[in-house]
Amino acid sequence: MKPSIYVNNLSHSFGETLVLKNISFQVPQRDFFIIIGPNGSGKTTLMKVISGILKPQNGELKILNHPIDQYHRKALARTIAFVPQMTFADFPFTVTEIVLMGRSPYLGILGLEQENDLEVANQAIAFTGLEHLAHRKLDQLSGGEQQRVYIARAICQEPDIILLDEPTASLDLAYQVRIMDLMEKLKTEKGITIVMVSHDVNLAAMYADHLMLLHKGQVVCQGLPDEVLTYKTLEETYGCTLLVDESPLGNFPRVTLVPRKYSIRE
Amino acid sequence: MITAKPVLLKRLFLISFFLLIVLMVVMFLGLSSGPTQISIRSVFQTIVGIRTSDSMMHSIIWQIRLPRVILSALVGAALSLGGLVFQALLRNPLAEPYILGISGGSAIGAIVGILMGFSRFPGVSLTAFSGSIATLLLILAMSSGQTILKKDALLLSGVMVNAFCAAVIMFLISMTQDSRLHNIIFWLMGDLSFGDMQQVGILAAILLPCFFLVFWLSNPMNLLLMGKEMAQTMGVHIKLVTVTLLVATSFMVSATVSYCGLVGFVGLVMPHLLRLVFGPDHRVLVPACILGGGTYMVFCDFLARILPKQGEIPAGVITAMIGAPLFIYLLKRSSK
Repeated sequence: MKPSIYVNNLSHSFGETLVLKNISFQVPQRDFFIIIGPNGSGKTTLMKVISGILKPQNGELKILNHPIDQYHRKALARTIAFVPQMTFADFPFTVTEIVLMGRSPYLGILGLEQENDLEVANQAIAFTGLEHLAHRKLDQLSGGEQQRVYIARAICQEPDIILLDEPTASLDLAYQVRIMDLMEKLKTEKGITIVMVSHDVNLAAMYADHLMLLHKGQVVCQGLPDEVLTYKTLEETYGCTLLVDESPLGNFPRVTLVPRKYSIRE
Repeated sequence: MITAKPVLLKRLFLISFFLLIVLMVVMFLGLSSGPTQISIRSVFQTIVGIRTSDSMMHSIIWQIRLPRVILSALVGAALSLGGLVFQALLRNPLAEPYILGISGGSAIGAIVGILMGFSRFPGVSLTAFSGSIATLLLILAMSSGQTILKKDALLLSGVMVNAFCAAVIMFLISMTQDSRLHNIIFWLMGDLSFGDMQQVGILAAILLPCFFLVFWLSNPMNLLLMGKEMAQTMGVHIKLVTVTLLVATSFMVSATVSYCGLVGFVGLVMPHLLRLVFGPDHRVLVPACILGGGTYMVFCDFLARILPKQGEIPAGVITAMIGAPLFIYLLKRSSK
């Protein structure tokens, strides 16, 4: 099966600074792929390149076997949806209105939705469990609810791939699990490929089919969670002491931060 | 289960139809007031063509009042739409062509054109357009490097651009000594009293394509409110849309300035009121601002003609007296 995302030798720089260095990886279809790495490792830049916000400067980037620059703007939007890190709305759109915006790449020249677009939006709202909030204004919702609205908007785009940049950052524990469960449901029920940037290695270990660890713009390692999340690679990359054992929930690694007072290594 | 909201097209038609009726009523009000007493009934009869016998009344209505009322409607529509576009693109609810200094810039251009003896169209319109584009570039240069110009910085720079423009305008006026002086000053304060049908026709020919262009880009404007990155991944050509909207808006503003001078704060009042009533969807707000802005301006001009015991006051005085307090209110509310 053709990979949903194929990246070969990709580099990207802002002016003189090289932010991504010879990155190569593939994301199979229907995969839950999580990119981890310390701050400033180039995760967000990589997401922006894959989503088409930034043009690839060097190297190859194929989406479903086609080079990304062969896609028409709207065709790309029908293939990839992007949920950015933090979004704010100054203008009081309702939840339904925002989710409906996801239909934009399908609309005709006047940009007016048809009945079936509304149907798709309502399904996306139901899928994310937002029915009771459908007519509320976005600025009246909590952070976790807003995040779900943006995810519903991405679903409404009916893409093959959804990219998310730290969707669980700044959410409370219950919401972190809810968002991750939602993404897993999207993968299994709708067959959407999920590519996510995350800071939380434990959440990543529990949900990801494949992981990729970035550091200083380069791939440190990639593979199954227990191949990537070893204390050696993590300690070298993050520069702190860590304990990695098996999660009591199953066959995947659990990472524990070790404060200095408990550290036996110097 | 979610109740299906009315399809947008239906809502669009209903709102436009309602606002069109209001506009018609206010325009009719504008047609019935003036130095010559003409009863509302006679105005109606003249307009629909039942009564054609009284030739003086006929020419007062058709050649003096109607051009003026249509001119007011066009100017109000263009300035309201200008405010709406700037508020969306700069993501700042206080943005408005006059406050940003774009009207001031095109006024300088227009005065230069007048002093050089150009005709209103295309000469003065083009010099006004260059003036507005110059100020627009200045504002964009000041805001470059930031995704959104900070609210206070934007307002301050607008105040400064305005002060500078006012100084340049005073300088230009003091350098001229001929009879055009009075005209310039009156025009500068927002004068809707010139005008024959032909000039109104030219202005309409300039503005109407811009109205359609902005309406066509109203859905991308919605998406832009979600942030540039999200808009781009929903298929919006950010640069093309932004540049087209900015140029179209500057073009509309400079066209109205070259015809009617500085009419301030119109782009603030109507977009806010309509957003409050109809919500933030630009596909509804664009036509609503065109019709509602026209209504507002015709009404302000109506006030400008009936309030003074003799003669009239410039319409720009009325719009500023209504708009400036609203601006202060909005500023206070948004800084909370």
